[in-house]
Amino acid sequence: MYNKKVLSIFQNPSNAGGMKGANGTGKVGEVGCGDIMKFYLLIEDEIIKEARFKVFGCCAAIASADVVCDLVKDMPVSNALSLTSSDIMEVLQDLPSNKVYCTSLAIDGIKDAIDDYHKKLEKLQKKEQSE
Amino acid sequence: MSRKVYLDNAATTYVSSEVLNEMLPCFNAIYGNANSIHGFGRDAAAIVDRARDRIAAAINAKSANEIYFTSGGTEADNWAIKGLAHANASKGKHIITSAIEHHAVLEACAALEKQGFEITYLPVDSTGLVKITELLRAIRPDTILISIMAVNNEVGTIQNIKTIAKTAHENGILFHTDAVQALGALRLDVQDMEIDALSISAHKIYGPKGIGALYVKNGVRIENLIDGGSQERGKRGGTLNVPAIAGFGKAAEIAVRDLVINQQKLRSIREYFLAKLKENIDYIQINGHPHQKIQGTVSVSFEMIEGESLLMLLDLDGVAVSTASACTSNSLLPSHVLKAMGIEDDLAQGTIRFSFGKNTSKADVDYALEVLTSAVKKLRAISPITKAGRR
Repeated sequence: MYNKKVLSIFQNPSNAGGMKGANGTGKVGEVGCGDIMKFYLLIEDEIIKEARFKVFGCCAAIASADVVCDLVKDMPVSNALSLTSSDIMEVLQDLPSNKVYCTSLAIDGIKDAIDDYHKKLEKLQKKEQSE
Repeated sequence: MSRKVYLDNAATTYVSSEVLNEMLPCFNAIYGNANSIHGFGRDAAAIVDRARDRIAAAINAKSANEIYFTSGGTEADNWAIKGLAHANASKGKHIITSAIEHHAVLEACAALEKQGFEITYLPVDSTGLVKITELLRAIRPDTILISIMAVNNEVGTIQNIKTIAKTAHENGILFHTDAVQALGALRLDVQDMEIDALSISAHKIYGPKGIGALYVKNGVRIENLIDGGSQERGKRGGTLNVPAIAGFGKAAEIAVRDLVINQQKLRSIREYFLAKLKENIDYIQINGHPHQKIQGTVSVSFEMIEGESLLMLLDLDGVAVSTASACTSNSLLPSHVLKAMGIEDDLAQGTIRFSFGKNTSKADVDYALEVLTSAVKKLRAISPITKAGRR
């Protein structure tokens, strides 16, 4: 069902867990839908310095979340925003067809976290302007 | 991955050596077609007759000719539901079953719905039991069949089959039961339990895959599902699978012979497992009836964890279990059984079925629990659902 690559990432994800001091967090999925992914980003000067995740979900969800964290690390935010699920698929090589949606969920989650970072930044800038 | 522990005996079992020895001569020594009239055929027919007698004895059927061999439990269920429905369609087109049946029954019913039959799916309580009051309320003048499983495959709850059968007969309705998970786990007596039709399968009781049987009480009319030759007294076409039938007969005989000792052993393994499980892992829920359940199956929900990832982590360490739920295509398909029992979606999703077999040892349980404890810890550490905010 899952290939060796997926299983090895699933078994030893390098980016699993939360992050203190993250300045962008994103959450996608619902318990009722099967998977929840939460992403934590540390962004400095529009470069993603650190990315971590938490997942309630299947192997494919955990592997996809871990891969996307690897991909965005040291990446400018603008590049991260143009990532697609096929970038994750390229690393994982293959997923059962009914699990491919996990890669889209991971992309959505990263975008949600970047969105959160931008919103926070905007708020901060407005605050600074008004002062 | 050195050690391997198989805790999925409710899915299928290995073929025991006693059964295998019974089967082997039927592949190349006694290879005749059981329906041929020559000596080769008669020898094969004698094997089939003996197996039929053994199976009839195992469920206390009045006569061996009430046993019809099928390709397995699924065919037996399909045949019972569709065959009894069509044979009795002139009396009515209403069927009662339960929400927690095996897919073989549920899908057979769904197929009948397309043909104009009406199906009532009885709810169950939180322990997985069909309530007799609900059954009484569902019975209509045009109800022709009630089909309720004897033992649920996911949680192991045992239904009050005799009461349900009596209720059916008091209302002039036929009663079928899917007893695939019950054979070998509890004493089945089709006469005492007043069962009209009963489905069983070999591969859950240390017999081969691909063989099952439908018991149909003499005098009960049933339409054919598989048309063909004159096999099974013209009721089920197809050359008889003599080796598998021989194995099934032996497996059924052993299942009844060793029932008490096997259940005692399974009970002690189950209690050992549960005690250690509760000691090592918190935030869990044991599903099913507290005592009206078979000994071999334990359904456990692990909070904050998704079942498939837990199954895979166990598998990577050689421990085989199963999940009922599957998260696919972005929409959770929670187990229909757990859902009917009122278990929340997130909990249903984190549910694992452990099913023990007659060769499961305490050392197996120790190893499985060691692997399980660390897997649960690992997945909870990366779960976005926290203990405080879990519901």
